[in-house]
Amino acid sequence: MRLRKELRGGVTVISLDGRLDSETAPGVQQDLQGLFPEDGLVVLDLSETRYMSSAGLRVLLLVYRQAQRGEVRLALTGLAPDVRAIMEATGFLGFFTVVESVEEGVEALTV
Amino acid sequence: MTILEPIDAYPTRRIAGYPVRAGRSLPFGATRVPGGVNFSVYSNHATSVTLVLYREGEAEPMAELPFPESFRVGSVHAMTVFGLDVERLEYGYRVDGPRLPWQGHRFDPDAVLSDPYARMLTGHGPYRHRSRVALDDFDWEEDRAPHLPHEDLVIYELHVRGFTRHPSSGVSAPGTYAGLVEKIPYLRELGVNCVELMPVSEFDETDNVFTGVNYWGYSPVGFFAPKASYAATGREHMQVDEFKHLVKELHKAGIEVLLDVVFNHTAEGDERGPSISFKGLDNATYYMLTPDGHYYNFSGTGNTLNCNHPVVRGFVLDCLRYWAAECHVDGFRFDLAAILGRGADGGPLHNPPLLESLAYDPILRDRKLIAEAWDAAGLYQVGSFPHYSRWSEWNGRYRDTVRRHLKGDLGVTGELATRMVGSPDMYSRRGTAATVNFVTSHDGFTLRDLVSYDHKHNEANGEGNRDGDDNGNSWNCGQEGETDDPAVLALRARQQRNALLILLASRGVPMLLAGDEIGRTQLGNNNAYCHDGPLTWLDWRLREENADLFRFTRRAIAFRRAHPVLRGGSPGSVHWHGVRAWSPDWSAHSRVLAATFDGGGDDCVYVATNSHWESHTLELPEPPRGQTWHLFADTAAAPPMDAFEPGSEPPLANQSQLTVGPRSVAILVTH
Repeated sequence: MRLRKELRGGVTVISLDGRLDSETAPGVQQDLQGLFPEDGLVVLDLSETRYMSSAGLRVLLLVYRQAQRGEVRLALTGLAPDVRAIMEATGFLGFFTVVESVEEGVEALTV
Repeated sequence: MTILEPIDAYPTRRIAGYPVRAGRSLPFGATRVPGGVNFSVYSNHATSVTLVLYREGEAEPMAELPFPESFRVGSVHAMTVFGLDVERLEYGYRVDGPRLPWQGHRFDPDAVLSDPYARMLTGHGPYRHRSRVALDDFDWEEDRAPHLPHEDLVIYELHVRGFTRHPSSGVSAPGTYAGLVEKIPYLRELGVNCVELMPVSEFDETDNVFTGVNYWGYSPVGFFAPKASYAATGREHMQVDEFKHLVKELHKAGIEVLLDVVFNHTAEGDERGPSISFKGLDNATYYMLTPDGHYYNFSGTGNTLNCNHPVVRGFVLDCLRYWAAECHVDGFRFDLAAILGRGADGGPLHNPPLLESLAYDPILRDRKLIAEAWDAAGLYQVGSFPHYSRWSEWNGRYRDTVRRHLKGDLGVTGELATRMVGSPDMYSRRGTAATVNFVTSHDGFTLRDLVSYDHKHNEANGEGNRDGDDNGNSWNCGQEGETDDPAVLALRARQQRNALLILLASRGVPMLLAGDEIGRTQLGNNNAYCHDGPLTWLDWRLREENADLFRFTRRAIAFRRAHPVLRGGSPGSVHWHGVRAWSPDWSAHSRVLAATFDGGGDDCVYVATNSHWESHTLELPEPPRGQTWHLFADTAAAPPMDAFEPGSEPPLANQSQLTVGPRSVAILVTH
């Protein structure tokens, strides 16, 4: 699992490339915290996330909650259809702001 | 705040290459702990137990870890194994002990057994009985059980797969928990406030020598494990999350969730059956055995769970507590519950410890406990089930009486009256909450088939039509099976409405069979346990085709919910009538019965049923408190005039008489 961070007009975009499962989850959780800004908008781009397990979803939710407690506003984008279906069936989807693109994310988070 | 690592989160030795330490006996099963997984399993007669670990999907184990003698407390073997990837882990137990079947012991160290406490089983494929470790955290947010009073329930019995599996269901994940979530708006529209799910814990879908299919699920394999093949996410092993999400969403909609649980037997059959878990773990403890070690068969399936044995009792209690506390389930319907009152030798107990424990358990205190109060060996306890003022019962006598009345049997009127006010002959001390009234259930004809077939048509079940109940009290209304005769069809439509109206105007807890509100048929098959296909799946096109019946049912449910007097009250609030007001005809030749249920205010309802093939004009009692009679429903009227929206019932032109048509039911209300 590789994490990339870039700034796109004031928004921190973090891409997660690879598998997010029980093996990679603890590392990803730690790395994400390191990449998070103090405040502002963060979009997690999952379009290169090839596999998302049960533990992976839990990491996403934990990170999301952490962001909510701080000054960071966070959205997900790039959900593959199968990941989206899993999140929908298990109720995880309902916890997140999910957007179609980074641009839409900026809009959704700044409203 | 700094969270300290637990001081015992490190291994003390290695077994088969894996770092381990002596585990904790409690809780039983496999539990994630810091750094590892705690495995705890018990057997009173085993001489050795080995933990068998697999990488998921692989034929051969990646390791076998015998439990050292020092890791045993009593008969409980517990070990914490560190460094396991639980998402790719499957496990089981190899258990050795005496091979003395005549003494009840059937240990077989060649078999790898599933963990009876497993929260997940693989559920499919060649290794479907292997156990898996679940991530058991779930964000329930502010989930609260609806906590509906018993008598306010309108139960809807459904099969999770069959409810949305048909392509016409239009859901994104047909046949799953997630699919059911998508149908919650339908349940809300219908007005039911409680679903009773046919077995959803892991069962053997192939357990059937005739067709190779067991669809219903009364063939348990894993009592703690929600069925993986009912989960859209089963392949990703997220069935626990998906099931919990279903419960959470139903609760949000104000709908309670009851589970049909099968603690009377397992899928392991008799001496010819497979060794999946209990048989190899401690056969003599888990099963009722004859003195020479054969299986008692009170369940009709080969074996009988020895549920009043102290160990098995504890197991059942642990399991129900899990579903109630961890999965927020609101209650249980116990399949063949009379067996739960039998002792180790099969004899009925006066004070069955299992039933008593469940009745007084702190976690289960507010959960519904409903007994199917009979078994397959002739123990029939409807009205006499050991209830501890807690248990309700499926009222089989209600079903039989209403069915006999509907087909016009003589000599039923008096008993019908008793059934309609909560069967006080059986439940006067317990009140109307004790009786679950129903006309149809999964077991038997659907409502449409009840009025379309005189005889069962079970040929497709592979037993030469010998299986299934022969005394269904059904009547085909003139022609057997499908017909286009308009007169027969009209009568059938009326008879279905008659049944629904009597059921929803009776005191006690009504239960509907899913699909009856839109005329589901099984083509006369009254024992469709072995068909996983269009015969048993709900065809949602019926929603349009029988929109009239749906609307009628919806209004009848809404009417019941608007009138507390139909759900309970003192015996003095019911007055009986016949053709003459205040003069019920209890004689054997009477086919007419009428009653006023008067709860005061606007809550006064007049119900009249006529199972005669001619119409009868009934003298109406004076409406109380200067009000007037309004017509809520008349099954003799053509839709949509067969029932009105509760609250908007039109006034009756003639306030002193009501003509009830041939084989019809009418309901009036005062305003």
